[in-house]
Amino acid sequence: MTELASKQRPKRPEFRNINALTDLPGYRLPLAGLVSILHRVSGAIMFILMPFIIWMFDTSISSEISFEKFKSAFNLGMLGLPGVLWKLVALALVWAYLHHFIAGLRHLWMDASHEAVSKDFGRQSAAFTLAMSIGLTLVLGAKLFGLY
Amino acid sequence: MSVNYGSKRIVVGAHYGTRDWLSQRITAALMALFTLLLLAQVIFSKGPIGYDQWAGIFSSQWMKVLTFTVIVALLLHVWVGMRDIWMDYIKPVGLRLFLQVFTIVWLVACAGWGIQVLWRL
Repeated sequence: MTELASKQRPKRPEFRNINALTDLPGYRLPLAGLVSILHRVSGAIMFILMPFIIWMFDTSISSEISFEKFKSAFNLGMLGLPGVLWKLVALALVWAYLHHFIAGLRHLWMDASHEAVSKDFGRQSAAFTLAMSIGLTLVLGAKLFGLY
Repeated sequence: MSVNYGSKRIVVGAHYGTRDWLSQRITAALMALFTLLLLAQVIFSKGPIGYDQWAGIFSSQWMKVLTFTVIVALLLHVWVGMRDIWMDYIKPVGLRLFLQVFTIVWLVACAGWGIQVLWRL
């Protein structure tokens, strides 16, 4: 105890406030932490892009003419922006939905089961979540950009 | 821990967030089931999916009612989530109130648009 209480120990950094620009980049998050913050980020992306999502629902479903408009936005472009850019926005939404969906199922599972909240399982399920969301995004992205 | 019950209880909210927490979980489960149902209808539709197949999925009354319910569920779900984000990261009360009001306006407007698209089909 006396050793622990001695004043010879090196001074540890003291944080009174976390700065997003100077402190956060130095954080090394565990996989579960990464899944957690990405769950928030993906949710926020879908919230911001919600009008675009409803625009897609509107134009794709209202009539044959609007359906063609929907398709041309991604093939020929829209509002002066090329189609590729709109496809990238759609791909961002695909990732956001997949990540939010899978991480959400993980969340529900952890709410229902005590075993799922262990450190080991938390890490494994986080790795699974990331692998699935990124993998499926790549597969659907390849389809979106016409690679197969 | 100091006494936190009876007359000494620190009141932080009417239900301590339980109702929000539960509503977010229930709406999430409903939307997940809807996703799988919609995905199944897209996958098992006959032939390459064009306008007719896509619009056909939403043309039946039961699908309209279900989609409407999911839009309402989405509204509640996103409200809880965005409110969490503002409460965690935004400290100035005025700015937080503004962002919360903005969130409500944004969500109600989007829900109204979505429901209009759905029911004129």
